[in-house]
Amino acid sequence: MRFIFKTAYEQDIRLFKHGGQQFWYGLLGVALLAAPWVLDDYFLGQLTFILIYGIVGLGLMLLSGYTGLISLGHAAFLAVGAYTQAILAAKGWPFPFSLTAAALLAAATGIVVGLPALRVKGIYLAIATMAFGFIVEEVLARWEHVTGGNTGIIVGQLQMFGWTADSEESFYYVALVVAALVTLGVLNLLRSPTGRAFVAIRDSEISARSMGIHLARYKTTSFALSAAITGIAGALYAHKLRIITPEQFTILQSIEYLMMIVVGGIGSVHGAFFGAAFLIVLPQIVAMVKDYLPPAIGQATGLQPTIFGLVLVAVILFEPYGIYGRWLKIRTFFQLFPLYRRGLFRRQKAFMKSERLR
Amino acid sequence: MSAPMLKVEHLSVAFGGVKAVSDVSFEVRPGEVFTLIGPNGAGKTTIFNAISLIVPATGRISYEGRDLAGLAPHQVAKLGIARTFQNIELFEHATVLQNLLIGRHVHRRTNLAAELLFLPSARREEHEFREAVEKVIDFLDLAHYRDQMVAGLPYGVRKVVELARALSTEPRLLLLDEPSSGLNVEETDDMAFWIHDIQNDLGITVLMVEHDMGLVSRVSTRVLALNQGETIAEGTPAEVQSHPAVVEAYLGTAEAT
Ligand SMILES: Nc1ncnc2c1ncn2[C@@H]1O[C@H](COP(=O)(O)OP(=O)(O)O)[C@@H](O)[C@H]1O
Ligand SMILES: [Mg+2]
Repeated sequence: MRFIFKTAYEQDIRLFKHGGQQFWYGLLGVALLAAPWVLDDYFLGQLTFILIYGIVGLGLMLLSGYTGLISLGHAAFLAVGAYTQAILAAKGWPFPFSLTAAALLAAATGIVVGLPALRVKGIYLAIATMAFGFIVEEVLARWEHVTGGNTGIIVGQLQMFGWTADSEESFYYVALVVAALVTLGVLNLLRSPTGRAFVAIRDSEISARSMGIHLARYKTTSFALSAAITGIAGALYAHKLRIITPEQFTILQSIEYLMMIVVGGIGSVHGAFFGAAFLIVLPQIVAMVKDYLPPAIGQATGLQPTIFGLVLVAVILFEPYGIYGRWLKIRTFFQLFPLYRRGLFRRQKAFMKSERLR
Repeated sequence: MSAPMLKVEHLSVAFGGVKAVSDVSFEVRPGEVFTLIGPNGAGKTTIFNAISLIVPATGRISYEGRDLAGLAPHQVAKLGIARTFQNIELFEHATVLQNLLIGRHVHRRTNLAAELLFLPSARREEHEFREAVEKVIDFLDLAHYRDQMVAGLPYGVRKVVELARALSTEPRLLLLDEPSSGLNVEETDDMAFWIHDIQNDLGITVLMVEHDMGLVSRVSTRVLALNQGETIAEGTPAEVQSHPAVVEAYLGTAEAT
């Protein structure tokens, strides 16, 4: 076990709590930077998708994981970002500008969608955000001269100031930089009053208010930021897909994003990326093992969603903190190695059980 | 005698047909510990909720000469009023430290942009917040629990954490709703010392709801007794405890239960 002796407030504030963390995250950074030399175009493309979904996950995590507000309409924010990017890029806007516009427009949409959240919670909010998702889907299909209707829009290559991301590698690096900046922004927010206000609202509105937190303002802020981040992911998504159509932004995708952050680990930044990795890697694994399964199972339609569903149920039952929770335990196991006791996490688990019964 | 810090005049609160509080008036003077007592359902918590502006009430509540009517609930904290809840309302899935830092929210000066970029202004503010919070942690002896999740803490500790969170806001008036309920004798003893120190060392005025008569007599300057929403007695702890109406109210409920 590692004991961290606190000598200064700065130790609590800084992002890397100790040298070990600095080392491991440094290593991760190097690995991500070196990925194009190791991976072929296909796998690099998949890694890019993980980064993009990771950004979506961060956006949704801020809203659902940290502020406790559910959204079944996040695909619509992704759509706002993607279509804004597609249209502005076609007009020749350099990427940083069109990306900003995509984020701002998504944020504005988020503020409007967040209005019901000021009055309702839980299932009612889920329905309200879902309805918003349907509206956006409908607009995308009907507003043909702007969105291209059901045929969609063909998106050109990402470009800025005379430079074009014309290879898998160059686009990967753009996605990596954007993902890193968004992650940094979210981490900064979480160690500041606004991020803590979100957590306060999630855990007890009545207390949050008695601590001077303006509920409506912070819920709206959470929706706006969440939508903006998802819009940013949408802008990248548009270039990655090259053709965007309304059917890529339906309620099914919204549900998938929610499942993604639950499986990854609700209420953690790691969880967003773990969930994204899961979402991308699972279909690959299913495709690989399919042929080895009895045909009745292997060739069944809906195999992948079924597995996804089963994993989700298993996570909710056995590991409420998702992959990240499991990761923490494995890490602790190795830190304590010879002294690890089976009962170590039992108390915590008993607590989670009683929590769920409430 | 100094001007009252909190003045409650003809306060009434009704839920549907039930009159939870009827025409209650009292004044809390700066520096005192003013205690509300009364059997369950007497309307004590409802008075706290009226001061927090989270239940609609008639009458007038003024704090340091200022009418609270027209303020939003979240603005009450900015005036320097903090409270705890009878049934502990902590931020369960956050650490003790984070809970206390949320208590600093009223002192926030940065804006969203500064936070997202963690500009020097945001960093400076975080340092200030932590300095203030560490003082509270030392004061209430919470160093041991500092980085633990609230959800895993024993009841007695959570009670103290809630007090700590209220103190982190640096209030001038502290509302404590049954600070000793659920605590054992030893913990109640600690609580009595802390309330005493809060009054004397920190100079914070306390308005408290409390059942434990030992604690009430030890720390209260004045006591107001309520029954079924109405004032039945007011005075020093000894005066109120021996007041016939109070004796009867308590015996009445004792017989009922
Ligand atoms: N939010 C509410 N809605 C309806 N009735 C309430 C509410 N809060 C309190 N009451 C009622 O008001 C009365 C006083 O309650 P309360 O102030 O909690 O008493 P106590 O003195 O025990 O703190 C009780 O009869 C209670 O049932
Ligand atoms: Mg009460």
